[in-house]
This record gives sequence, structure tokens and C-alpha cells, in this order.
Amino acid sequence: MYEGVVQDLIDELGRLPGVGPKSAQRLAFHLLQADAADVERLTAAITEVKAKVRFCEICGNVAEGQTCRICNDPRRDGSAICVVEEPKDVVAVERTREFRGRYHVLGGAISPLDGIGPDSLRFTELMSRLASGEVREVIIATDPNLEGEATAAYLARLLRSFEDVKVTRLASGLPVGGDLEYADEVTLGRAFEGRKTLT
Amino acid sequence: MHVRFLSVADFRSYEGADLALSPGVTTLVGLNGEGKTNLVEAIGYVATLSSHRVANDAPLVRFGAERATVRAAVVRDGRESVVELEITSGRANRARLNRSALTRPRDVLGTLRTVLFAPEDLALVKGDPSERRRFLDDLLVQRQPRWAAVRGDYDKIVKQRNALLKSAMPVLSRRGRRGGRRPDQAPVADEAASALHTLDVWNDHLAAVGGQLLYARLRLLRDLQPLLAEAYGQVSAADSEASAVYRSSLHEEAAAALAAGEVPEPDEVRGLILESLARVRDQEIERGVGLVGPHRDDVVLTLGELPAKGYASHGESWSFALALRLASYRLLRHDLGDDPVLILDDVFAELDVGRRDRLADMIADCEQVIITAAVGEDVPDALTGARFHVKHGTVTGEVA
Ligand SMILES: Nc1ncnc2c1ncn2[C@@H]1O[C@H](COP(=O)(O)OP(=O)(O)OP(=O)(O)O)[C@@H](O)[C@H]1O
Ligand SMILES: [Mg+2]
Ligand SMILES: [Zn+2]
Repeated sequence: MYEGVVQDLIDELGRLPGVGPKSAQRLAFHLLQADAADVERLTAAITEVKAKVRFCEICGNVAEGQTCRICNDPRRDGSAICVVEEPKDVVAVERTREFRGRYHVLGGAISPLDGIGPDSLRFTELMSRLASGEVREVIIATDPNLEGEATAAYLARLLRSFEDVKVTRLASGLPVGGDLEYADEVTLGRAFEGRKTLT
Repeated sequence: MHVRFLSVADFRSYEGADLALSPGVTTLVGLNGEGKTNLVEAIGYVATLSSHRVANDAPLVRFGAERATVRAAVVRDGRESVVELEITSGRANRARLNRSALTRPRDVLGTLRTVLFAPEDLALVKGDPSERRRFLDDLLVQRQPRWAAVRGDYDKIVKQRNALLKSAMPVLSRRGRRGGRRPDQAPVADEAASALHTLDVWNDHLAAVGGQLLYARLRLLRDLQPLLAEAYGQVSAADSEASAVYRSSLHEEAAAALAAGEVPEPDEVRGLILESLARVRDQEIERGVGLVGPHRDDVVLTLGELPAKGYASHGESWSFALALRLASYRLLRHDLGDDPVLILDDVFAELDVGRRDRLADMIADCEQVIITAAVGEDVPDALTGARFHVKHGTVTGEVA
């Protein structure tokens, strides 16, 4: 244990995701030894991001105002919603330029081990968006792991009550540019399940 | 197949040792603690990427050394493959196959197949159900590596579901069980409804993945059963038949059918799990722990009329465990159309003379058998072949 403020800093850094006690200590001492100007810039960036950036009131994506760039864009198709776990997933889907609809960011995936249940995710907000009746399709794009699948299954159950909304799930398949023989069994197995008819 | 060459460095007690091996029987003789098991453990590691003695890799690296290496040349159908493994404790292994590095070390699985009997196997008969579950699941993976992924997924599902039951228990036992709205009628209506909803999702997961695992185990046991009875009969020359019966955690009628040797279709197995989960729902919620699924199952081993556990003598239990391994050997031999390498660590000392001789007969036609013994005379004379003396981390050869 270190004295007062130093230990406070280590404790705070240690609460960040992916930072263990050892790294927290290393970061703290790095900051202690850094130029005052550098630290100034870091704290300013943190303060600014907290002041300016928040989460879109509609979709949960990061936003600089009350609502995000995508929700504000009138050219986006309001009849399709792509549901993802995190804001970074929005960025990933956007990169494909395949999707012109809107998003809904849940804020994570169901994982009882991490204490994350449906109540800590933005399901209720999604239900209210669907209540407006404009949405025709919900594309579930949660991660293709156990927690993501559980979240998708949970959502699919919730959506049963919206009979005229089509619910789809992203296919998980083989990486493009890869060799079939190098794909692991799970990926290959999933790709088989999701196979498409060609003729 | 057979191992033609084994070389270890900084593995267990060995600074370095090279061993040229041939088809047929090889016996490693040496006093207690001189390093016999360490050598066969290395061979087993090449085949399974795990030790039969320890769950983590740290003890495999020689005390004070940074990493261990094991190299083995495996000959199958006249073609030789060289596997090279680097074991660093706490880090992923590195593997090379015929000199080229593999991105996924587990791709070496299948190059060498071994069946290893060791004194620890007594736990198959005398130990907890988890020992027998692991026996079945390991054998599944040996037959088809894809089962490793299914098993891994299943373990995670069980953990998630148990965490849910534990955390949701207070909420759920307060309400939702009776009187509460059906979960599919009330989207996220309240905490209890959403917890029940989530439980349904994990039930589906558990039934889907657990169903695959259960189905595979049942088929495996069906294939193994006659081979087990045969192997035990041959070793013991006794009248009492050895059998292995699946004891499932499914509801009573289903469990009785499985115990009678029925193997339902995969979809049906999945349905049975869901049905059983529905029946114990209140109980699971009350106790905050999952009660149904392949992770709660067992295999009951019996000799004649009596359960082996608690009744069989020491030598009988030993022979039973040995028969389970010999049955696995014959099953894999049949699958592969080729002999795995049979490893018998300290098997003879605990058997009477008749059983020793009959075992020697049974293994005479195996392509390669590697035997360890503290006392050379315990190994029947009928087993000729190479004999090595293991002492103080050095291995010296002598053809008997
Ligand atoms: N990581 C390690 N570093 C150094 N020595 C080790 C390591 N792991 C095990 N040993 C030593 O290896 C020896 C055990 O070797 P092994 O189990 O091969 O004996 P054995 O010849 O099979 O004996 P037994 O006849 O009693 O079964 C022990 O003396 C142990 O201290
Ligand atoms: Mg030993
Ligand atoms: Zn938005």
C-alpha cells in the first residue's frame, strides 16, 4: 500500500477494464514521472469526453448531442434496426457499408457470471422503439459466442409478440481469404448449419 | 503406429534424454522416483497435449528451467512425422509438425494416438463420478477432436446457468414461480419475469449442447460395453461380467431407459433434457444450482451383480480400470484401422501371476507397447523386447 493520493490513483486505474493491480501501479508511477503538460492533456481529454460525449437517447450509440449522427440522419432507413452489443460494433457494421438502417446498442451481452442480466441491458428502450410500428425488420448482430447467442435467443423471445416484425440473425461463417482446411471445427460447423442453396 | 524416437529436454526430472524405440514391447525398469513415469508421461503429452497426472503444465517443466521440450518421431504406415512441443508454464504451448510451426498447437492432435494406463486410473473405479465422466469425454475427444470444443462450450453454459440460478434465486423464489405472468406474455415486465426468461434461454443452450454431449456419450458407451466385458473376462478369467451402465440425471423414466442401454436420437435427447429441466425448475430455483445435465451424470461399473465401487477387491478394481483402458485401445484401433501406442505404467506389480500372464497374451499383437516397472521380474518373461534401465535421469539400453 502507498500513501493516500498515490494509492487512490492506483485504485482508480485498477478499476478500468483490463487493468490489473500490477499494471495500475505501473501506470500510476508513469503518470507521477510524466511531464505536467502531458498529464494536463490527458485529464483535459478525459474531462472533455465526459462533458461532450454521451450516449444517444434513442439507440445507445456514442453521441455528441442528445442523439447520435446515425439517428439524426434522415437518409437512414427507419424500418430496419440492427441490434449490437457495443458502440464499437456499430463502427464495424458501418465499415461494411451494407446496412442503411438504424442501430440499437444493448450495452453488452447477457452473462450471469459477470452479473449482467437483461435488466442491465437496453431491451426496454428497444421495445419502445418497436412500439411505434415503423420497424419491419430487426437484425440481431450480437457476438457469435455463447453470451452473444444467449442474448440473441433472449431477444428473439421478446420479439415474438411483434408478429409483423421480421427477425434475422447474422450468419456466422468462414473468414474470407482463409483456407477451408485451416478453419477450426466450430466455425466450419456453424458455416455448415448456415449453408445456402445455390440452385 | 509407433514412436521411433523420443527426446526430452528440461521435462520433469530430465535435463535431457534421447530414446530410440522400436515396434513391439519396450520395458523401462528403474527404482521408485528415477523417472520412468516421466518418460511415458512425455509420450502421452505428445498425443493429448495434457498430462495424465496434473491438470496444469507447471510441474512438467524441470524445476528451475524456463521451458520444456518434447520431440517425438511417429511412424504410421511407413511414414514418419516429427512432433516438437515447447511447454512453458502459464503460457500457450508452441508446436511444430515436421519442422513447420503450427498456428494452433492442437492441430498436432491425431498425429500420435496413445492409450495410457496408470496407477491413477484406480480412481476410475473408486473415485468420484467426475473421473468417469472425464474418461468418457477424453475418449470422445480422442475419437473426434471436435468434441473438445463442444465440451468446452458445455462447461461454460453450466457455469453461466449456475451463476444465474444463484443470483436470481432470491428474486425468483419470491415470485414468478406461481401466480406470475408467463414470461413470453410480458416483455421485461419485471425482474422475476426477465430472470425466468433468461433461464429459459440458458435451458435451451444447455439442452442443445448438453444433448449433443449426452448423445455422444451414450453411443460411445454402447460401443465400449462389449469390449469392456471381453477385456475384463480375458484379464481375470473370472465368471463375473464387467459392465458399465449410464446413470443419467434426467427424469426417472428417461434415466431408466438410458440405463437399459437405449440410445435415443439426438433431437429426442435434447427434448428429454428440456423436459427434465422443466420438472426440476422449482427445485433448482430453491437451491440455486443446476440439477440436470451431462455434468451431473455418472457411469455405474458393476462386476457380476455387485457395484465395483465399494465391493471389488483391490486387484479386481485394478483389473477393471485396466479393462476400461484396454477396451478404449480396441475401440480406437477399430476406428483408426491402426494400432494406437499402448502405455502400461506400473501395471504388473498389482496383478496376480495368472492375470500378469493373461495380460501379456492380450498385448502380444499390439504394434507398440511401452511398459514401466520398478521390479523387472514383475514383467512376465513372455514379453520379450527392448529393456531400458532408468536411473537418475539417464536411460541406458540393453536388449533382453
Ligand atoms: N518439474 C520437475 N522438476 C524436477 N524434478 C521433477 C519434476 N517433476 C517430477 N520430478 C521428479 O521426478 C521424480 C519422479 O519421477 P517418476 O514419476 O517418473 O518416477 P518413477 O520412476 O515412475 O517412480 P515410481 O516407480 O515410484 O512410479 C521425482 O523424484 C520427482 O521429484
Ligand atoms: Mg511411476
Ligand atoms: Zn442513435
